[in-house]
Amino acid sequence: MQEYIRILYDGLWKNNAGFVQLLGLCPLLAVTGTVVNGLGLGLATTLILLSSNGLVSIFRHLIPAEIRLPVFVLIIASSVTAVELMMKAFYYDLYLVLGIFIPLIVTNCAIIGRAEAFAVKNPLDKSLLDALSMGLGFTVALMALGGLRELLGYGTLFAQADLMFGEAATGLTLIVFEDYRGLLLAILPPGAFIGLGILIALKNWVDLKAKRTKTALSTQNVDFASPVKSSS
Amino acid sequence: MNDKSAHQELLHSIKRMGWVLMIFAVCGTLLVSLSHLFTHERIAENAQAALLNKLNRLLPDTLYDNDLLHDTVLIQDQNRLGSSEPLVAYRARKQGQPMAIAFMPIAPDGYSGSIRLLVAIRYDGTLLGVRVISHQETPGLGDAIEERRSDWIYSFNQRHLDNPTPARWKVKRDGGVFDQFTGATVTPRAVVRAVYNSLQFYKENQQHLFTPPPPPVIKDAR
Repeated sequence: MQEYIRILYDGLWKNNAGFVQLLGLCPLLAVTGTVVNGLGLGLATTLILLSSNGLVSIFRHLIPAEIRLPVFVLIIASSVTAVELMMKAFYYDLYLVLGIFIPLIVTNCAIIGRAEAFAVKNPLDKSLLDALSMGLGFTVALMALGGLRELLGYGTLFAQADLMFGEAATGLTLIVFEDYRGLLLAILPPGAFIGLGILIALKNWVDLKAKRTKTALSTQNVDFASPVKSSS
Repeated sequence: MNDKSAHQELLHSIKRMGWVLMIFAVCGTLLVSLSHLFTHERIAENAQAALLNKLNRLLPDTLYDNDLLHDTVLIQDQNRLGSSEPLVAYRARKQGQPMAIAFMPIAPDGYSGSIRLLVAIRYDGTLLGVRVISHQETPGLGDAIEERRSDWIYSFNQRHLDNPTPARWKVKRDGGVFDQFTGATVTPRAVVRAVYNSLQFYKENQQHLFTPPPPPVIKDAR
């Protein structure tokens, strides 16, 4: 059980594919103009991660270590293509929204990274959980960056949610600042780098603070034991 | 002796890996070809439906009764349509009478590359409307040409070559009637010019645009 919790924590926070491993930079920076775009790429990536981690884990005993990378590439490329075709055939509207992201997923090193670092060494259930937590962690990172850029750039949140969830979601769009002129920098590619930097700094700050509280707590415990400390 | 057996071992393992790699390659190819086989018809149908949907935004289906997607003609005019490739024009007819035509010209001189438009022109030469199909203009500035970003693209509705007069078929900064955007003049200028050129093209070719007979599909249906 502990093991499973550790996998979840790793994917969602400690080893987050977007903020810590920095593996999916190319799609991360390219499509995070809005929250909805981020969500779309995140979900598509999660789907591909699940299928590639699953397949690699199933065949892990059959793959000789020397040629594992070409085999991973084969598995990932063919499953991505198959997923893309299925989506085009059965969820065409969704494909029109996410379609541009799917070829981008191939450029995401996080997929082959997880195959190499995790799936090839672990049983199916853990590999799938790892795919899920890494995928969701990446989705959260994309949505955070998308949200930051959309808020600063357009003054809205969840704009064009109807593209993904249908007409019913049109009302989801939040206009945060009325008559907002827009901060162009946030929408342009440099804004993606700056925004990502800010978010990474924020995460590191939270981690550092958590660590300090922890050490402070433990030293306090020691303080209780020793009567030396007096006010000066 | 020892060398020889090590050598053989190496050869053996290379062979084995070759086989494994080949099996995975065959399986992967099989997976992709099977999915293609089972999906390609549906995908083609979906693409057609999506195209028809796009065309219907400008050409309401009350306007025509023919098979729009199959009543097509290829048009080519690099100066007017911005592309050296032949483009497909979709012809709308009602009871055999020509009603309107739609095609996708390119504005080659956008701020960052080509802008692909969809232009629908009524038989008499007035615009049914214009939409932007794809572009790489600056987000937040040039992208106001998109329907979802602003109403600007509607300013072409009902226009024709004499409305406004040719000298005023320009953005306001150039003395015309069409708005430009704050911080972006190049983009609307390119679109206005491309729309004007499309109307010119239509006027010059109106006679033979509708003359090639409707394709056999329609004849069979009759």
